[in-house]
Amino acid sequence: MRWKWLVYHVFVVAFAFIMMYPLIWLVMSSFKESSQIFITAKSLIPETFTFQNYVQGWQGIGGHTFATFIGNSLFVVILSTIGAVFASALIAFGFGRLKFAGKAIWFAIMMGSIMLPTDVVLIPQYIIFAKLGWLNSFTPIILPHFFGFPFFIFLMVQFIRTLPIELDEAATIDGCGKFKLFYRIILPLIAPAMATAAIFSFYWRWEELLGPVLYLNSPGKYTVSMALKMFLDAETSSNWGAMFAMSAFTLLPVIAVFFMFQKYIVEGISTSGLKG
Amino acid sequence: MHTETIKKRVPRFGSGRRLRSQLTLKDHLTGYAFISPFVLGFLMFTLIPIGASFYLSFTDYDLFTTPAWVGLDNFTEMFTGDQRYWNSVKVTFIYVFAGVPLRLAFALFIAMMLNNASKLIGVYRTTFYLPSIIGGSVAVAIMWRNLFGNEGAVNAILTTMGLEPVGWFADPLAALWMLIFLSVWQFGSSMLIFLAGLKNIPQSYYEAANVDGANAVQRFFKITLPLLSPIILFNAVMQTIAAFQTFVPAYIISKGEGTPMDGTLLYSLYLFRQAFVFFEMGYAAAMAWVILVAIAIITALLFLSSRYWVHYESKGG
Repeated sequence: MRWKWLVYHVFVVAFAFIMMYPLIWLVMSSFKESSQIFITAKSLIPETFTFQNYVQGWQGIGGHTFATFIGNSLFVVILSTIGAVFASALIAFGFGRLKFAGKAIWFAIMMGSIMLPTDVVLIPQYIIFAKLGWLNSFTPIILPHFFGFPFFIFLMVQFIRTLPIELDEAATIDGCGKFKLFYRIILPLIAPAMATAAIFSFYWRWEELLGPVLYLNSPGKYTVSMALKMFLDAETSSNWGAMFAMSAFTLLPVIAVFFMFQKYIVEGISTSGLKG
Repeated sequence: MHTETIKKRVPRFGSGRRLRSQLTLKDHLTGYAFISPFVLGFLMFTLIPIGASFYLSFTDYDLFTTPAWVGLDNFTEMFTGDQRYWNSVKVTFIYVFAGVPLRLAFALFIAMMLNNASKLIGVYRTTFYLPSIIGGSVAVAIMWRNLFGNEGAVNAILTTMGLEPVGWFADPLAALWMLIFLSVWQFGSSMLIFLAGLKNIPQSYYEAANVDGANAVQRFFKITLPLLSPIILFNAVMQTIAAFQTFVPAYIISKGEGTPMDGTLLYSLYLFRQAFVFFEMGYAAAMAWVILVAIAIITALLFLSSRYWVHYESKGG
């Protein structure tokens, strides 16, 4: 029994190491001298630890430091997350608790739009935003989130349905209108579902590339994804290190949030099938 | 006496269900007020664009001049003239139909491995899920590109093991497999869903099977797989739809070109290039409609096939 236990854990740990190897390699390489990264590709430990890559990477590219790109990313992430989470909560209350004509149809449409391939709306959306003169601004990337996000709506509807209906009845008897019922009673109770949605929104917006590629075209407006892409486009043997360092750096907040809030993430995925 | 007066005053909600005829205009308006962001957003960002993209698919449009009606020309060109189009279809099919089953098999394997009572499960689960959370990022695509580069760690390790280094950026099929490996590496969310499903299988089933002398393979095929099949279907559908739309890894790893020899020119990347590099908006819109219909058909086939392999427990059982 004892050796069986040992074999199991050795096997799982070995497997986990293989899984983690690419990330460890990225982080370790970012501390190597740029010229050494590919010469010593198979050894993980740098011969000499250097922070030079981080210093050089932080200088950024196109005349803007990484502080600009991080600021831009945070701006997009925070605004679109607030928009998506609160709009979705409002919509979810409508679907989860209210009765009105055509609700079933709209709910079906909402569920259907989760599966809709983005390719089919991409081009007309771009044309519309171009005609509105919104190219090279954050508006096309942020604005749509203020109309709710189907995945989050679904997640919150599921959550609202688990709340006892007696709450609504009691509130109604006490003279609560529907909107008051929503923000005084339901909203605080669905906080866990909103937290899950906010975490996923943070991930997806922080990592988003397609929107910025289409709509942002001056380096001063670039998000971190775009900045990394710019590093890649200007790839030379001398800046591998900087590219590695900044890649590792942009993963840091994502991994930190993951470790802080993994309970919400695991529950969110396991209960709703939300993709990560 | 006292209770009766209360009954009269307080409207009865019962199960909370009221007949539609009892709903007032105010109820309908309140409902629509709450879902109005979705309704408006759906009209503006989904329905009108879908319609516009349908119209554009019959036109020649470069974004700067007015769209010119060309009938079915885009579709004819796509299906009969465009070699790169068929290549991108082929590449995408290999990517989806090799990547998704591998990813699901991996996810199931790890989920079963982690489905025991060890105290370390939380740590392991976190470790195996981490790649999925960062997998869609540019940073990871850059990492993957360098890991597989000619002098990267993968080839260095292959050489150490006495194997030939692979030309991941010279051979189109090898380059595609590099993308597939990246997708398999991100098996985490399917794994979590499988893990939740495995926990719902009553332990007594396995105990009963043990009593009957079933071995591990029999238990897997007779208990685990049938009971998990609805979840496998769900994962397969979601992952297939997502895989058809993969864009970022191919875009970053091939530096936006789909190289080598269009080996990583996934459908979404080719569509993006047609629209935003060559400004063939009409052609790209036609491509978008074809993939929409193709994904719908494949999803429908998956659901139809489920009749033969998905096991739904009978009521009460």
